[in-house]
Formats: sequence, structure tokens, C-alpha cells
Amino acid sequence: MRRRAMYALPAVLVAVAALTAWELYVELGAVNPELLPAPHAIAVSLWGNGGLLWTNFKITAEEVVLGLALALASGFVLAVAIHLSPLLRRGIYPHAVGSQAVPIAVISPLLVLWWGFGIFPKLFVIALICFFPVVVTTVDALSAVDPDQLKLLRTLDASRWQALRFAELPAALPAALSGARIALAVGVIGAFIAETTTATTGPYAGLGREIVTDLNSLQTQRAYAAAVVLFAFAIACFYALTLAERRLVPWSTRPRGARP
Amino acid sequence: MAVGLKTEERASDDALSLARARAAVSVSDVTRTYAEPSGGSDPVRALAGVSLHAERGELLAIVGPSGCGKTTLLELICGLQAPDAGSVRCAPAALMPQRDLLLPWLSALDNAALALRLGGTRRAQARARAATLFAELGLDGFQQARPHELSGGMRQRVAFVRTLLSGKPLLCLDEPFGALDAITRAEMQGWLARALAREPRTVVLVTHDVEEAVLLADRVAVLSARPGRVTEELTVELPRPRSRTEAAVVALRERALSALGLGDARGSASGERSRKRDT
Repeated sequence: MRRRAMYALPAVLVAVAALTAWELYVELGAVNPELLPAPHAIAVSLWGNGGLLWTNFKITAEEVVLGLALALASGFVLAVAIHLSPLLRRGIYPHAVGSQAVPIAVISPLLVLWWGFGIFPKLFVIALICFFPVVVTTVDALSAVDPDQLKLLRTLDASRWQALRFAELPAALPAALSGARIALAVGVIGAFIAETTTATTGPYAGLGREIVTDLNSLQTQRAYAAAVVLFAFAIACFYALTLAERRLVPWSTRPRGARP
Repeated sequence: MAVGLKTEERASDDALSLARARAAVSVSDVTRTYAEPSGGSDPVRALAGVSLHAERGELLAIVGPSGCGKTTLLELICGLQAPDAGSVRCAPAALMPQRDLLLPWLSALDNAALALRLGGTRRAQARARAATLFAELGLDGFQQARPHELSGGMRQRVAFVRTLLSGKPLLCLDEPFGALDAITRAEMQGWLARALAREPRTVVLVTHDVEEAVLLADRVAVLSARPGRVTEELTVELPRPRSRTEAAVVALRERALSALGLGDARGSASGERSRKRDT
């Protein structure tokens, strides 16, 4: 426990230093607090608006988790398909790259037209933003499998499917999870984009929407408080995935001091 | 006692084709050329007119200098490559590569049982069969260990069990002990000899260790430097287990070394362990 605290110490020190500088910057009157509230004011707002932030956080968290799951599943399946079929690689890969350049605002009215005001258009937007790093890392890892390993499997009469199952998929899993971590980092901002570009009913639907509404009504402190929640959520997700990785690929995350 | 020192003469063509029909390995006049790996203009001639055969149940060792095409030869025998010229006819072969290539995500037991799993055996049954060999080969207690938790010698044994359990009549071992330290290697050689005595197979053993070849093999084929060709075949008619200090073993070793162009004086320079420094 103590070692873990020591491990987190640098991050805590960086946060304290940044917050102190920020606080001084605002307190010394260098900037209008309407534009940049001081950290202590944001903390007060966070405390005071706990209920509202929690409600909106639950909506956003659901979007991020489901959207990421969709992105990981579709990205992994697409990567395997691209790996197995040179035709698909040539036919789909360039378009997957291109899909990353599509401004979401262009397609969001269409998504709402298809799927309405619910969660589905938002999941699609998050998945669209997040699937790409998973595809790239997984495709690369699948084709980086040791050729000698595949030769060996051939002499043991492994079928194409068995080579995939016993060698290529497990070998690609660590890279796919690295892709997932990148996807997660953009997934939270993806949720913000999804919420602010697709039409929604009701006063508040998610932290992204709340931030935009608060900024428009000069509730800057609450907008910042919501941003703090997103910030913390991204960090929590990242470490949750790191923990999952240790479970899923114990062979590639060995305990320190183990034989290399 | 028959002294195992005999150079095989090229038999007449008739006798040769008769022998091939029974042989587990029959490689005749094989040539293999690669495009230069670094993109240069000259193709690399790995093998030039290699002929080899091994009877069923025989252990054939192939020795030669580095880069003489030994691994190419094994891949031809295993059907992983096709020759440019000549013919290769072999019993179904399982390869034990130079690096153990154990799958890091599988336990030692599951790695050993891999060939069975690939052949469609159910997991529990495959594990049970591998487990019986684990006990025999001194791997008991390491069934659940992952490959990175095993020593080099243990990893090679697991790889050997995997090769053995493929059920193929022909085993191709590519410098199986090359990466091990001298003590472990000596242990492993003894262990391989016992394992094959229990479960006889045809074996093609590629090694750069002449002594290892003489200790283990029925016949030793000496390959020249690239492009590889067979310069000499020695028959080792010595009872097993053999000791590295017996006179006949030492004599054969010297014979093979001189076939490699390495006299006794240069023996240690070639990487061959010299035990006779004081004489």
C-alpha cells in the first residue's frame, strides 16, 4: 500500500504544482474568473452540484463504456478480417483511414434520422472515433507474428483457423489492448463530441451537453467542474483497462524481477 | 567389437533406388537457391546437389559449418520449402526448431500437448497424455508453469515432448541444444538418447557440435560450407550409451572434424570444446 502511494506521488505533486500555479494566476487578477475560475471555486461548484453532475456522469459513462465496447469488438473483428483477406485489406483499409477524417457534424443529422434521439447515434459516433487505433495496432500485431512460429504450426498440421486461434490471436492481444487504451483516451472526448453534435431531448443529457449549456449561460464554474469529472473518469478507465490487461495477457505483463 | 568407422561409398543406382523405397528420408541431388535477402543481385546457393537418406528408426546427424544450409535442408525434409532441383521424399515429419518457439500464453503442459490439440484431441485427453511424458522427462511439478518461468533445458524438453506427441514417424531436430550451456547440453544429450530408446523414431539431427553427432547418431553426414554438399558420411556402429571419452568416439570425432577441414590443432578454434588441453 505504501509502495503504491509512493508510486502515485509524482502525479500528485504535478497536480498540486499545477493547481497552485492556476490558483495564483486567477487570484492575482491576471484573468477574468468568468473565463477561468480558480480551482477552489471549481471545487466548491463540484461539491454543490454533486447530484446534477452525478446524473449526467452516469449518462456519459454509459455512452463511453458501451461505445468503447462497440469500437473494440468491431475494430478487432475488422482487423482479423483484414489480416485474413488481402482483398479486404486493399478494399477496406484505406476507407477505414478515411473514416477518421469525416467531421461528425456532417453525419450526425443522418444518425439522428436513422436512430432517433436515444443513445444509439452517440454510440456510433464514439465507436467511429475509437475503432481506428484498435484496427491499426491489431492488424500490425497479427502480421508481426514470428514466421518461424507459423512454420512450426504448419509442420504440426495446423489449419489456418488453428494458426489464428493458437498463435496469431493471442499474440495480437497485447497490441489490441494497447490500441484499446489509445481508443479509451479519445473515447471520453468522443463522448463529448457525440453529445454535442447529435440532437438530444431533455434539459441535460450527459456531461458534454451540460458543459456546452453551462458555458452558454456563463456558468463557467460548473462547466469546469464537469470537465474535472471527465478528466477523472478518463484516468479511472485507463487504469481499469490496465488491470484488465494484467488479467487477460499475464504472459506479457510479468511481475518485476521475473526471468526475462 | 565392430569399430564404427566406415565411409559409405556411393552405391550403384539400382541398390540406391531400392534403399530409397524403404527409407524414411530420401533426399536426392537437391539444389536450393535463394534470392539475396538484403536485395543484392547475387542469389545465395544454399544447397548444391545434396543427397541423403535415412532408414526407418535411424538417427542421422548432419554437421557442418555455420550457414551451410542445414536449416534449409530440414525445411525441405519437413515440406516447408520445395527444392529447385532434385527430389525430396520423406515420411511425415515434425520439426523441433532451433528456438523452442513455445507459445508464451500456454502453460508448459498445454505447449507440450499442442500437437495433439491441433490433431483434434480433446483438451483433457491431450493434457493427460502430455502429463505422462512430463513425469518421465523430469518435468513433474512444472505442468502449469509458463515458458518464461522454465530454464532453457526444460524449455527444450517441453519442445521435444511437443514434437514427440505429434505422432509423426520422422523428427527433425534443428540444433536442439545449441543455445544451452555445456553442462545442460550434456545432460540433455543423455536424456534425448534415453527418450529415443524408449520411443524409437527416425530422427534427423542437425548440429554444429561434432561430438554431439557422434554420441547420438547412427550415421553422421558432413556438409561443406555454402553451397552445402555432403562431403562425407560416417557410420557410427558403437553400442549405446556412448561416452565422450571412449577412444572410438574420439576417433570418429576427429575424423568428422577433418572432413570439415578442421584438424585436431584447430579443434578449439572451431568452437568445439577441447578437453585435451593438457596433452
